[in-house]
Amino acid sequence: MTAATEYTLAELCIVAASQAFADDGEVLGTGIGVIPRLAASLAMKTSNPDLMMTDSEAWMLSEPNPLGKRPAGFKPALESWMGFSRIFDNVWSGKRHAMLGPSQIDRFGQTNTSALGGTYEKPKSMMLGARGFPGNSISHPNSFFVPDHNTRVFLGGECDFVSSIGYNPARLPKGHSLDDVDIRLVITNLCVMDFGGPNHQIRLVSLHPGVTAEQVQANTGYAVCIPDTVPTTQAPTREQLDIISVLDPQNQRAQQIKDNPAGDPAPGVPAAGVPA
Amino acid sequence: MNKQMTAAQVVAQLKDGMTVGIGGWGPRRKPMALVREILRSSLKDLTVVSYGGADVGMLCAAGKVRKVVFAFVSLDFIPLEPYFRLARQAGGIEVMEIDEGMMLLGLRAAAWGVPFIPTEVGLGTDVINRNPAIKVIDSPYDDKEWVAMPALQLDVSLLHADRADVRGVCQIAGPDHYMDDWFARAAAKTYVSCDELVDSSYFHDPAQARLVHWERSMTTGVIPIPGGAHPTSCSPLYGFDVPHFKAYAASAKEESGLQGYLDKFLGASEDEYQNNVGGLAAIRVIELPTY
Repeated sequence: MTAATEYTLAELCIVAASQAFADDGEVLGTGIGVIPRLAASLAMKTSNPDLMMTDSEAWMLSEPNPLGKRPAGFKPALESWMGFSRIFDNVWSGKRHAMLGPSQIDRFGQTNTSALGGTYEKPKSMMLGARGFPGNSISHPNSFFVPDHNTRVFLGGECDFVSSIGYNPARLPKGHSLDDVDIRLVITNLCVMDFGGPNHQIRLVSLHPGVTAEQVQANTGYAVCIPDTVPTTQAPTREQLDIISVLDPQNQRAQQIKDNPAGDPAPGVPAAGVPA
Repeated sequence: MNKQMTAAQVVAQLKDGMTVGIGGWGPRRKPMALVREILRSSLKDLTVVSYGGADVGMLCAAGKVRKVVFAFVSLDFIPLEPYFRLARQAGGIEVMEIDEGMMLLGLRAAAWGVPFIPTEVGLGTDVINRNPAIKVIDSPYDDKEWVAMPALQLDVSLLHADRADVRGVCQIAGPDHYMDDWFARAAAKTYVSCDELVDSSYFHDPAQARLVHWERSMTTGVIPIPGGAHPTSCSPLYGFDVPHFKAYAASAKEESGLQGYLDKFLGASEDEYQNNVGGLAAIRVIELPTY
């Protein structure tokens, strides 16, 4: 395994996000969006071959499908039918880990996919709707991917609409504990975080090359728990990059983060320090 | 029993204020010809229950809707349905916004004749806080609270199938029948448009019979309309019409809005509509989407 020196930030995020699925064992890995889907696919091809996956339509696959239009005669490796109604049987069993990109993530790890601004009756900007977030968040582990880490996504207050349950004591249902909520990794264009700080505070796990902890804090609308030492996000290996290029032959990953920047802006230069 | 009827006859059965379930999912296998017939009618104040796409957007923009029960309204490749957005942002419609799985449970409860189904889905989120009609209850068996997802009783469901016979045996041959079987079971009356009317002997082949997802007693009417799901997909027969949806979405940014879109495409009949969008032959060769 050789660490690559040239890779994009998108590829760094895919590899970092694939870590979220590494120890999951035999669960359905659902990555919605190009980077989460490639992350789950990479995990299935490397760190967790037991991971299960769908074709995003109606079948379970024993091999992830490559993204985009596939060549004529391509035969997906189907292993079972998995229509949408059956997805809920899986969701409610808990044997699933989803990675999605909500519009807002507040300090409790609550997310919003529904509507922004205005009032609920007359929102300023209607988004998707609650989708499956309420059920996902109380049924199985979830991770999030944010391509543009800023204080609009990581907002100061509470989400305008709470689509998914988080670590908010005020909303804790009777008979439940905050530990029933299982938010795993939050991967952004700046860093990797989790909710492993004191009292489920959001915590910095690793910084992408060239990014400082101050930068992460400045772009987050609430306090981030910053450990004394924060490692640099591990660079992709050449083997991982090869697998990603096969999974994404049309390079859709290049469209996912603004301007498709390099993963390491100054290769060979030691990572920026973090405050002692 | 011969259940064959026309889209106009279906709409003549509908009344202002009814609760209408619409099958399919986003831009996939929606009974759009039946939706278009509603657009041509004077119906209003409908409550629409749908895994929503342009069906919801069009009906909202045309002033047919009082309330939408939804988990999302999306065209997939155009994530935000343009006319549903405008309707929500204008504050003009009531909503019951729920989780996708809660909708499934609500349909099942209606189908099974029970007032609610308990679930933990929705706890701790605004789908409960924003829906006072959805109660949270104690369990007789444990110390937790549970969401009592109420039955979503439908006056009518509108569905689109690949094939049907005149007795109401309906086949969905695509890879997913979504929740259409539950929409059929949750409704007092279910009207199914189909791409192809077949003889009952078609289903004597077990491979074909296997793709029938509800009993004919659940089907009230069968409406043969080849291409009737356009511009949504009816896999494996045809995909969704990407250029058409782009034009539809673009119309939401123009001053004439949906009326401009309808003036251009709707026509006085499904034949006129299909001529306006390039003809049935063109619909039948629309490529299937790749996910």
